[in-house]
Amino acid sequence: MSTTKNTFPIKWLFVYYAGLLVWLSTTAMHIPDGYLSPLTSLVMFLLVMPFWVIGVRKIRMTMNARSVPLIALLAAFSFVIMMFNVPLPGGTTGHAVGAALAAIVLGPEVATIAVSIALIIQAFFFGDGGVLAIGANAFNMAVIIPYVSFAVYQMFSKNMPLTSKRRVIGAAVGGWVGVTVGAFFAGVEFGIQPLLFKSASGAPLYAPFPLSVAVPAMVIPHMLVASVVEGVLTALVVAYLQRSNISVLEAAEKPNLIGETGKSQSLRGLWIGLVVLMVASPLGLLAPGTAWGEWSTQELSKLGLGSVPTGLEKLSGLWGAPLARYNLPVLGNANLGYILSAFVGIGMTALIVWLFALLLTSTTNAKKPN
Amino acid sequence: MPRNQIDGKFLDETKLKPDMEITSTPKHRHKQSHVLEHTLHGISETLERALFAEEISTRPGLFQSLDPRVKIISVLALLVSVSLSRSLLVIAGIYLLTLIFGLASSISAGFFIKRVWLALPFFTGMIILPALFITPGPALLHLPLGLVITSTGLTTSLFLLLRVSTSVSLTLLLILTTPWNVVLSALTVLHVPDVFILILGMTYRYIYLLLHTANDMFLSRKSRVVGHVDGAEDRRMMAAISGTLLSKSLNMSSEVYLAMQSRGFRGTMITLKPFKMQARDWVWLTIILGVASISVFLGR
Repeated sequence: MSTTKNTFPIKWLFVYYAGLLVWLSTTAMHIPDGYLSPLTSLVMFLLVMPFWVIGVRKIRMTMNARSVPLIALLAAFSFVIMMFNVPLPGGTTGHAVGAALAAIVLGPEVATIAVSIALIIQAFFFGDGGVLAIGANAFNMAVIIPYVSFAVYQMFSKNMPLTSKRRVIGAAVGGWVGVTVGAFFAGVEFGIQPLLFKSASGAPLYAPFPLSVAVPAMVIPHMLVASVVEGVLTALVVAYLQRSNISVLEAAEKPNLIGETGKSQSLRGLWIGLVVLMVASPLGLLAPGTAWGEWSTQELSKLGLGSVPTGLEKLSGLWGAPLARYNLPVLGNANLGYILSAFVGIGMTALIVWLFALLLTSTTNAKKPN
Repeated sequence: MPRNQIDGKFLDETKLKPDMEITSTPKHRHKQSHVLEHTLHGISETLERALFAEEISTRPGLFQSLDPRVKIISVLALLVSVSLSRSLLVIAGIYLLTLIFGLASSISAGFFIKRVWLALPFFTGMIILPALFITPGPALLHLPLGLVITSTGLTTSLFLLLRVSTSVSLTLLLILTTPWNVVLSALTVLHVPDVFILILGMTYRYIYLLLHTANDMFLSRKSRVVGHVDGAEDRRMMAAISGTLLSKSLNMSSEVYLAMQSRGFRGTMITLKPFKMQARDWVWLTIILGVASISVFLGR
């Protein structure tokens, strides 16, 4: 069987080409129907659902009947801003998602609802983005971008005056990081398709590119264009609002909007993120190779290192992890062991972080009284 | 009906189409209004498309005569079977069926194919091109430069291309034959909560209002610009328009709330459900669900 081995050197040219085109055609990452398997679409719906519930609950808590026209207008705003052509330094232009801006003005929970509605309308009435792919699109653009952007923005602007320059910088970095992470998730969704679904002859049934192609193809072009557009627009609008209508920026900071449980809420977001990561951890099972830098000595020799340094060979037996090679022989099932190890590992990490946090807050609390 | 006639009927062209004559020096014309024109063009195209869909939905035809709930279920069932299918023939069959439904609903095959293939699957085709070569599998065709088309690569490309174009066609069939407000009220059948449908409907309405507002802002800006404008200025203007639009939306939402309240809105709503299933709707529903299940079975 002659395979594609001889085309390997030009593979990366194609990656670049594919990435460029992914960006060109799906500005703002709208995944059409046909790229994702029905199972993936379903899982993405299930992942988005809790965020919709959180968003709706938040709106009910803070705004009740007022919320209907507010959400409607903000969703309409999200829709309209997705059509704006933002010029970048150097002459290119691109479309922003506007999700980072929505998160800064409304808080990420409400932004999720507004952007989701805009996406649903695009899918159902304008044919932009798939109908079955609404879950995936909402997850990438209406959940990931607002939450990530908002977290970064908060990092920069916590306790800063509303007119602070740091808010503008935070908005720029937040928008950039948010869209980049969103694109990463889209790349992962594309990339797991050929691993999961193949025809009898081995041809991928949905998006064909493996993770090693799909993720860089989505992330790199976005980093260079779409993420920059989002960052630039968000920062400029925040700067504009600082000059002209500062009360809009205040809204998300108001205690009655954030709620008294603001602190626990932000922690809750972190927990949700952790749970998502835990659920996603079995993805590692599907990756063909060994994690980068975690090769065994045999694999090292396969990678072209003809001779493994004898010192390394000796050392390799030295460190036996408590859950060696991530599976517990007791369970008899490697996959189950892997998932369990993920839970145990994340649990242990979380415990350590929590203990650290406890330590840190107790010292700061001790300092506070004076 | 040709498209420009519809434009003339519904759209005030001088208002929506960016007028090239307004800009002063032809030397800088392209550079100066590049961004403005792109955005204006995008906005007017969206409005135009929606109006075109409204127009088709009033013509007599198969899909137009069906109960909208049946239409939504049919399209969703077919979308799912396209998505599930592991057989190219089944997907091709559903695509053919969609074209026939289009014909029966006075959407000409030429327009339907052009509209679908010029947009998304065209780009999908360009994206999929590398997959022809990099998908590992037995070689099918040797090209110069050491390129090898693999048979698995070809199968994969066909799958993606057909799946995407069939899905887009199905969605388009629904969009073109059903007025948006009818789609909205029909969504109740999917157990979408009433409040959510109210919000969707209001959003749709205000999208048009905000698009017009944005359009006016762009035009008024454009009509005041003489000479060369650099990218930084363009960006600032874009940000100012976005910021103003955001403030306007927030203000408007409280005004709309007051207006709703003064008309008796207390946070609950009642949707009118004027639909009535007729014999032909039931027959159609049975046929489509039958077709969908058969294709799911065949495409296993």
